[in-house]
Amino acid sequence: MSDPPREDEPSALVQAVGLTKRFGDADVVKDVNLSLRIGEKVAIIGPSGSGKTTLLRCVAHLERPTSGYVTIGGERIGDKLVNGRWREMSDREIARIRTGIGMVFQRFNLFPHLTALENVMLGPTRVLKHSRAEAEPLARELLRKVGLAHKAADYPERLSGGQQQRVAIARSLAMRPRLMLFDEATSALDPELIGEVLNVMRDLAREGMTMLIVTHEMQFAEDVADRVVFMDHGRVVDEGPPHELFHAPSHPRTQAFLHAVVDRQAMPEPPMAETPTS
Amino acid sequence: MLPVLLFGAVTTLEITAGGFVMATLIGLVLAVLQRLNWRPLRFAIAIYVDVFRAVPVLTQLFIIYFGLTEIGIRLDPLPSAIVGFGINGGAYLTEVFRAGIESIHQGQMEAAQMLGMTRLAALRIVILPQAVRVVLPPLGNFVIGLLKDTALASAVAAPELMFRARTLVDKTFLATQIFITTGAIYLVMSLPLGYLTRQAEARLSRGRP
Repeated sequence: MSDPPREDEPSALVQAVGLTKRFGDADVVKDVNLSLRIGEKVAIIGPSGSGKTTLLRCVAHLERPTSGYVTIGGERIGDKLVNGRWREMSDREIARIRTGIGMVFQRFNLFPHLTALENVMLGPTRVLKHSRAEAEPLARELLRKVGLAHKAADYPERLSGGQQQRVAIARSLAMRPRLMLFDEATSALDPELIGEVLNVMRDLAREGMTMLIVTHEMQFAEDVADRVVFMDHGRVVDEGPPHELFHAPSHPRTQAFLHAVVDRQAMPEPPMAETPTS
Repeated sequence: MLPVLLFGAVTTLEITAGGFVMATLIGLVLAVLQRLNWRPLRFAIAIYVDVFRAVPVLTQLFIIYFGLTEIGIRLDPLPSAIVGFGINGGAYLTEVFRAGIESIHQGQMEAAQMLGMTRLAALRIVILPQAVRVVLPPLGNFVIGLLKDTALASAVAAPELMFRARTLVDKTFLATQIFITTGAIYLVMSLPLGYLTRQAEARLSRGRP
């Protein structure tokens, strides 16, 4: 939809340029251009199978793009220029770039053999090589921040889904990332646990974190995002400020999607409305 | 009679321990290397596993003890036995560790990678500690099997328990007493191994249901 962003856009923290990902002969992401400035929060919405998650995974380089590329802070993730030619980066180089990117997964992916505190400390101690004495106060502070200071010694098995996801967010933050990716962070949660996770994400947004959020929570997207991107069949179909996109969508496919989703989310059960009035 | 047999039992334990350590190291390293997705290496590992599982241990021991002398490598019976059981067991344990690693959800690898770990670091720091718990029961089975299989080393004159027993029978003709005592010694050595495995499992599953 939008023009391809210029590669040297100085304030862009994330740029996807002509990003395409093909699985077999299906283009799951098709020629997507996307740019995030520092501190910007972008929500990606769209029907399931529209390529949102794959797009996010390409940004993290958990999927290698079929064509196109992603830059993080101006540096291409996955390829580097060697003697004028693009070569695939080593695992170590990709890992180095990923230390600046936090990712929160739909299924939490906490390490089950470690306590909540150990989960949060693992990155700082094993990757950043901080001492335990350095890492522990920060980890405890982060657990407090997500409201789980009292669960530090518990194993993930003992935590609810919402608590696990909050520990997962703290675990990502412990690396002091400059970008946070959220892959349907609340989709696997029971409805009553969604709010506590969204609140933590709201706090993070308020603190100025740059966030790329794949979500089905339309109200949350509207409240938090600076910009909303609507994807369908692998393409960015529509893009704009939340109030515009949600309340005056111009694109017919956005309209159709929002109609289907917002109706359901706003009015989960309309028993009274069904009563005929004569 | 008993001191001679106990002497042999010590050698049996030496072969078992040596073979187990070697097999575990081989299995662990190869299973990890297999996960790094380097095609030629994966192919070579697959061939190693297939070949060494398909040929009887006894044949492998004969090749190592008798066959290698042809090319100037002469190993004593004890090292021959350890190397033989180590290489043979390594093929089995590569598969055991591979299955253990594969039983850990892909999301664990990805979460570790997103903390800035390389694949190798993620395997070492996050995946293996979880996989070990999964492979403990088959590992326990393997050790107990290995302990009994070391009797085959008597065929290459390693002075282990069964070798001692047969020598003793040749001298004394007390077959019944000697072989039953030998069996009892094997039993006494095997049972604690099962117990130890269960202990280790219980320890590793702390914090888990």
